[in-house]
Amino acid sequence: MEKFIVHSGTAVPLRRSNVDTDQIIPAEYLKRITRHGFEDGLFSAWRQDPDFVLNRPHHAEATILVAGPDFGTGSSREHAVWALQDYGFAVVISSRFADIFRGNSGKGGLLTAEVEHAVVEALWEAIEADPTLEVTVDLEQREVRAGALVAGFDVDDYVRWRLMEGLDDIGITLQYADDIDAFEAARPSWKPTTVAVI
Amino acid sequence: MGRTLAEKVWDDHVVRRAEGEPDLLYIDLHLVHEVTSPQAFDGLRATGRSVRRPDLTLATEDHNVPTLDIDKPIADPISAAQVDALRRNCAEFGVPVYSLGSRDQGIVHVVGPQLGLTQPGMTVVCGDSHTSTHGAFGALAFGIGTSEVEHVLATQTLPLKPFKTMAITVEGDLPAGVTAKDVILAVIAEIGTGGGQGYVLEYRGSAIRSLSMEGRMTICNMSIEAGARAGMVAPDETTFEYIKGRPHAPQRADWDEAVAYWSTLRTDDDAVFDAEVVIDATTLSPYVTWGTNPGQGLPLSASVPSPSDAKDEVDRIAIERALDYMGLEPGMALRDISVDTVFIGSCTNGRIEDLRAAADVLRGRRVSEGVRMLVVPGSVRVRLQAMEEGLDTVFTEAGAEWREAGCSMCLAMNPDKLAPGERSASTSNRNFEGRQGPGGRTHLVSPQVAAATAVAGHLASPADLAPVA
Ligand code: SF4
Repeated sequence: MEKFIVHSGTAVPLRRSNVDTDQIIPAEYLKRITRHGFEDGLFSAWRQDPDFVLNRPHHAEATILVAGPDFGTGSSREHAVWALQDYGFAVVISSRFADIFRGNSGKGGLLTAEVEHAVVEALWEAIEADPTLEVTVDLEQREVRAGALVAGFDVDDYVRWRLMEGLDDIGITLQYADDIDAFEAARPSWKPTTVAVI
Repeated sequence: MGRTLAEKVWDDHVVRRAEGEPDLLYIDLHLVHEVTSPQAFDGLRATGRSVRRPDLTLATEDHNVPTLDIDKPIADPISAAQVDALRRNCAEFGVPVYSLGSRDQGIVHVVGPQLGLTQPGMTVVCGDSHTSTHGAFGALAFGIGTSEVEHVLATQTLPLKPFKTMAITVEGDLPAGVTAKDVILAVIAEIGTGGGQGYVLEYRGSAIRSLSMEGRMTICNMSIEAGARAGMVAPDETTFEYIKGRPHAPQRADWDEAVAYWSTLRTDDDAVFDAEVVIDATTLSPYVTWGTNPGQGLPLSASVPSPSDAKDEVDRIAIERALDYMGLEPGMALRDISVDTVFIGSCTNGRIEDLRAAADVLRGRRVSEGVRMLVVPGSVRVRLQAMEEGLDTVFTEAGAEWREAGCSMCLAMNPDKLAPGERSASTSNRNFEGRQGPGGRTHLVSPQVAAATAVAGHLASPADLAPVA
């Protein structure tokens, strides 16, 4: 995973609350066998509507999603995080995230920045007034900056540390490779292996 | 203070423990199948990681595979793609795989034990909730999600917060005709589908001790249906006897060393469980489910419940919904429910002992007119063993279909499905709406009850059948 210290980009105002994971990515995409390429499934029902905010050309390059409260409720599918990332999002800003979605995001390396709802409103207005507005999410300072707006955001300390170090769960465990080696060296030799016996 | 069996196994696998962090646990055996592994392998590829211990990893094809014409290409494109991806991934990462056509192919939870790979005191994981089956050997075995599968592939470990422990003591002699399946259906009916949430269940007591390994696996298998993370039975002579001589069992001096260690794997007398449930085995009888979750079960001699029997409003709505979906009327005798289909198989009841029990009921009898009966062995080895014993002839002569190994109608990912509105008596573990096909209605039963139901055409136990002439 790449280190996440500060991210700048344009943002999409998603004026909806209670965006559940079925909306983020419908169940039919769960049959796939790849870990990547879920961008076509992202908000696929809503994207049928040509007026849906993601379909507006000036948001094509956006990397930050600004959404209403209770983002990511519903089924625990990890694909919701994958779809947002595959589409190009590095950050979701909202005033409240569903627990499992926030956990999955932390694991996958998608930053969920929790702000006051007034900040969400202010961002929506600012982005709608100028879609090219550069939004900066500073993980070190725990701060969102956009034009004149400067606001703090909440993020779990452990997740923040991991993102800043660029470590996913596996990366963290691999830091303890010596412990794993030592454990393996002490394992009884009679423990079975799956190597075929003839 | 003493420790429980689960705590002992846990402690023996801690790679790293730090204040305020989950324990890092070593995984002895990682079982893999085609449905939950493709994204994990893809993740490894994307990050340039390898499989740390392919020699502690084993894959098999089970969920999607057809049970007819297995020498032909798989017809369903999604199933074919998943099976194909598994083969490619295993080849690329050096993971052993038992593919369709191999003598060792079968349901992942049947394959591990039959090869002697599942042993007491091990940690066993798989991207599948019924991994709890392996707990029958005194292993700590539980299902994991796809990103955890990737984690185990890459590191052979998992960061985990400790589980709570619950003792389920089943004391006394099981009455004649009462099987392991009836015990676990009764346990789930007692504690509910959420009753085991967050717990590892340890099944104890004389009734459990008296069970064969197959029976213990049936019980541990369905721990997840009570919401538990895992189920366990302390290893004993029955366990050691089962493992001895299997392909991956320890040999000679190793065997003695292993047995010495395995013998320490029991809950200390002064250990304290976080919760306890006691069940009187002598009161049990054949159980069947009438509703749409495994907790909605009753003795076969009972009647379909009424919403007015509900203990609260939530329960009342659940009963109403279940009756509506199942097309049943309150007060109807469970024995009067007729079925179209009987399924014998799955990781719950697809082992040799289950097939023998069903064949014993069918010998000299016929499957009732209009009933379709599928017998699907849990693995190729089970299938071959059954054929050696002539069980296949018993099934086919009775009018049942004798199929190839796999998950089959347990979850209907392959072509074996119920049509909408069809009703089955099934030896599998889930009677959720649509589990065996959209609109299909499932009654969970033991192999004996399944076979007797096939003969009678309605839910029945072997004792209900006329003696064979
Ligand atoms: S037999 Fe059924 S429960 Fe068991 S692994 Fe297969 S699908 Fe899952």
